[in-house]
Amino acid sequence: MRWAVVAALAVLLALPAVLSSYAITIFILIFFYGFLGQAWNIVGGYAGQLSLGHAAFVGVGGYTAAMLSIEKGLTPWAGMFVGALLAALLGAIIGYLGFRFGLRGFYFVLLTVAFAEVCRIAVSNIDAVGGPLGLYITFTGDPRQFQFQDGRPYYYIALALMLAATATAWAIERRRFGVYLAAIREDEAAAEALGVNAFKYKMLAMVVSSFLTGLGGTFYAFYLFSLQPNTLFGIPLSVEIIIRPIVGGAGTLLGPILGSFILTPLGELSRLYLGQGGLPGAHLIAYGVLLVAVVLFLPEGAYPRLRRLLARRGGR
Amino acid sequence: MSLLVARGLSKRFGGLLAVAELDLTVDPGEMLGLIGPNGAGKTTVFNLFSGFLTPDAGDVDFRGRSIVGLSPHAICRLGLARTFQIVRPFPRMTVLENVRVGALVLHPRVPEALDRARDVVERVGLGARQDVAAGALTLAERKRLELARALATEPALLLLDEVMAGLNPTEIETIIQLIRGIHASGVSILLIEHNMRAVMALSQRIVVLSFGERIAEGVPAEIANHPKVIEAYLGEEYVRAAPA
Amino acid sequence: MDLTLVLQGIVSGVLFGGVYSLMAVGLTLIFGVMRVVNFAHGDMMVWGMYLAYLLATGAGVDPYLGFIVCAAVLFALGLLVQRALVDRIIDAPHEMQILLMLGVALVLENVALVAFGPEPTRVRSPLAAATVWLGPVFVDVARLVTFVVAVALTTALWGFLYRTDLGRTIRAAADNTYGALVIGADVRRVYAVAFGVGAACVGAAGALVSSILPFQPPTGLSLSVTSFNIVIIGGMGSLLGAFVGGLLVSLAESLGAVFLKPSLKELFSFSLLIVILLFRPVGLFGKRPS
Repeated sequence: MRWAVVAALAVLLALPAVLSSYAITIFILIFFYGFLGQAWNIVGGYAGQLSLGHAAFVGVGGYTAAMLSIEKGLTPWAGMFVGALLAALLGAIIGYLGFRFGLRGFYFVLLTVAFAEVCRIAVSNIDAVGGPLGLYITFTGDPRQFQFQDGRPYYYIALALMLAATATAWAIERRRFGVYLAAIREDEAAAEALGVNAFKYKMLAMVVSSFLTGLGGTFYAFYLFSLQPNTLFGIPLSVEIIIRPIVGGAGTLLGPILGSFILTPLGELSRLYLGQGGLPGAHLIAYGVLLVAVVLFLPEGAYPRLRRLLARRGGR
Repeated sequence: MSLLVARGLSKRFGGLLAVAELDLTVDPGEMLGLIGPNGAGKTTVFNLFSGFLTPDAGDVDFRGRSIVGLSPHAICRLGLARTFQIVRPFPRMTVLENVRVGALVLHPRVPEALDRARDVVERVGLGARQDVAAGALTLAERKRLELARALATEPALLLLDEVMAGLNPTEIETIIQLIRGIHASGVSILLIEHNMRAVMALSQRIVVLSFGERIAEGVPAEIANHPKVIEAYLGEEYVRAAPA
Repeated sequence: MDLTLVLQGIVSGVLFGGVYSLMAVGLTLIFGVMRVVNFAHGDMMVWGMYLAYLLATGAGVDPYLGFIVCAAVLFALGLLVQRALVDRIIDAPHEMQILLMLGVALVLENVALVAFGPEPTRVRSPLAAATVWLGPVFVDVARLVTFVVAVALTTALWGFLYRTDLGRTIRAAADNTYGALVIGADVRRVYAVAFGVGAACVGAAGALVSSILPFQPPTGLSLSVTSFNIVIIGGMGSLLGAFVGGLLVSLAESLGAVFLKPSLKELFSFSLLIVILLFRPVGLFGKRPS
C-alpha cells in the first residue's frame, strides 16, 4: 500500500511536464475539490456530522482574502490564513450552537444550511463587499500576490493543499482524536459513557474542518479571479464539496481523493458536452441521481468496496 | 468512606415520580444488587448516577465529591462506569477497537490503549473474536463486549444493567463467574438484575425498589422472605401464603 | 406606521397562511408516519406550480380547477419516490435518508431548471386580477379563493385521517409502527399512501399559489425551508401544529414584509429557522425524532 501511494505521488509530481494546459486545469480541479472534500470529511465523514453548509467557509475565506488584498494590499499568502481563521470562527459558532443545543442529524444539517444561506444573502446585500455582483480581482500575474501566469504553480499548490488536508486527516485518524470521532459517529451516548467528551471533539473537528475549507476559499478566489455570493456561499458548492467524499467513501482517508478523481473529470466532460452556457444545472441532475444511487447501493462509498474487492483478489 | 452515596434522590417525568427520595450507599469492595418489579425506577437510578439524567432533588456523591450535574464522560473519568440494558456496541468497529475506546481514558496513546484493550478482551473471554466486527457478534458475546468496554476504563464502581437478560443458563453461568472475577479484582459493583438466582448468588447486599422507593434492604436471605418484597413482586395475597 | 398597511399585512398573512398550512401538513404527515424528512418538499411544490402552468398554458385549465390534477400527479410521484427509494432505506441511519432526499431534491430542481429555464414564471388566472374590499383593506380574490380551497383541503385531509379506516391506520402507524404491524396493518402500503398524500398536499398548494406568487426552480429551497420552519415551530409530526404554525409563520412573514426590505425576507426566514432550531426542536405540539 505504502509503495502505491509513493509511486502515485511521484507520478503526480512529474505530470505537469507532460500534460497539456487543459489537462492541467482538470487536475487542478481534481486536487482542489479533493482538498475541500477531505476538509469536509473530517467533520462530515469521521465525526459523522453532516454539514450541508461548508460553502460558507469557502466564502468567508475567499472574501476575506480578496477584500484584504483589494482594500489593504495584503498578499493573499497571508490573507489566506486570516480568511481561514475567520472561517474557523464561523465554524466554531455553528458548532457551538449546534452541539450545545443538542442538534443532531436532520436538525444539524438544517442549521448548517441556514447559516450558509444567511451568509450568502447578507453578503449579497452588502455593497461594500461587492453586493450581488461580487468582487473581481485584477490580474497581475504577480506570484507574491498569489497570481501566476501559468497553470503549473496552481497545480502544485492545489496538490499541496490536498496532501495537507489528507495528512491532517491521517494524523487525526490514528490518534485518540480519531478514535473518539469514530465512536461518536457510531453511538454518541455509548461513547459518552466511555469517557468521550463528545461536545469537545465534535467542536474540534468542526474548527479544523472549517479552517481548512477557509484556506480553499482563497485559492478559489485567486484562481478564478472572481467571487459571487451565490457561487461562493451557495448550496451547489456545498453539494460539490460533499459529493466527492460521499461517493468515494466518507470517513476514509482516500475516499475524498478517489471520489474527486472519479467525479471531477466526469463533471468537466458533462460541462463540455452539455454546458457551454446551454444547460446550467444539468450536471446537478447527475449529482442528484448519483447521491440516490450511492445511498441505495454503495452507502459506504467506492473506496471501502474497492478495498474489499482488492483484498479478495489478493487471496486474503 | 463510602464509595457512592445517594441522598434524597428524586426524579420526575411529567406526572410520574420515577425515583422518590432514594437513599442508597455503595461501600468500597461491595457487590450490591438492585432489584424490583418492572417500572420500579432501577434504570432511572443508573441514569441519574451516570450523568445521563439530572436529579430534580437530592445529592449523589462519588468518592467524596458531588457528581450531580456532571456529564457522563466526566463521571466515567472519575471512575464510575456503566453498561446499558440494551447493549450498544460500536457496530462497525471490531471487538478490540470497541474496547480500545474505553482504554483510552487512562491510556491516551493509542498503542498503549490497544495493549490494555487486548488484556481486557482476553479476560472476558473474547480473545478469539477480537478482530470480529461488533455487529457480527452473538448476544452473549455482545454482553461480554459491553462489560469489557466498561472494564477498560478501570472503574472503581461498575454499574451493570441487566447483564443476564436474554442469555441462556450456560451463558448466565459464564457471566456470573466473570462478574465474580471482576469483583474479586477490586471493582465495586452495583447490579440491576431480574434473574433472581444470579442476584442471590452474587450480591452481598440487596436493595429493593418499588415505584421509585426503597422498600427493603438486606442480605439475600432476608430479602427472599421479606413481606414487602413479596408484595411488590407478587401482590398482597401472596404475603400470607409465603413460608415464614 | 400606517395602520391600514399593517391591517393589510395581517389579512394577507392569514389568507396566505392557508397554503402554508397545507404545505406544512404534508411535510409533517410524512415525518409523523415514517420519521423521514422530505428534503424535496419545496421542490415538489414547485413542480405542482409548473404543472399548473402547463395545464393553464397547454390546456387552458385554470389553476383553481387544475389543482386536482396537480395533486393527483404529485400523489403518484410521492408514491413512486416512497416505494422505489425511501422504502429501501427506512431503517438506515438518518444521514442516509437526508442524502437520499437531497438527491431527489437536486434532480427535481434541476430537471425543472433544464425544462423550464431559470426565469420566474407566473400563471395567469382571471381571478388574479380581481380584488374585493373587506372594510378598510382590499383582498385579492385569488388569495381568498386560495385560502378557502386550502382550508377545505386540510379539513378533508383531517377527515380522511380521523374518519376513514385507512386514515386511522396511517395515524396508528405514526403513533406506533410495531403496534400497527401487530394488528395486521400493511405498513408498507401505509407509508406509501402517507408519502403520496403528503406530496399531493404540496402539489395542490403549489397549484393554488401559482397565480399569486412568481416562481422559478430555486424557489424550491426557500419553500422547503419555510416548511421546515413551520413544522418545527408547530411540532414535528403534529397536524394541528402544522396548521397553526402555517398561519403563524405566514403572518410573521407578511408583517415582516411590511416593515422590512423585501430582499431581506429570505434572510428573516433563515434567521428564524436558526432561532427555532436552537430553542424549539420539539415544537409546540411535537414528537421527538427517533
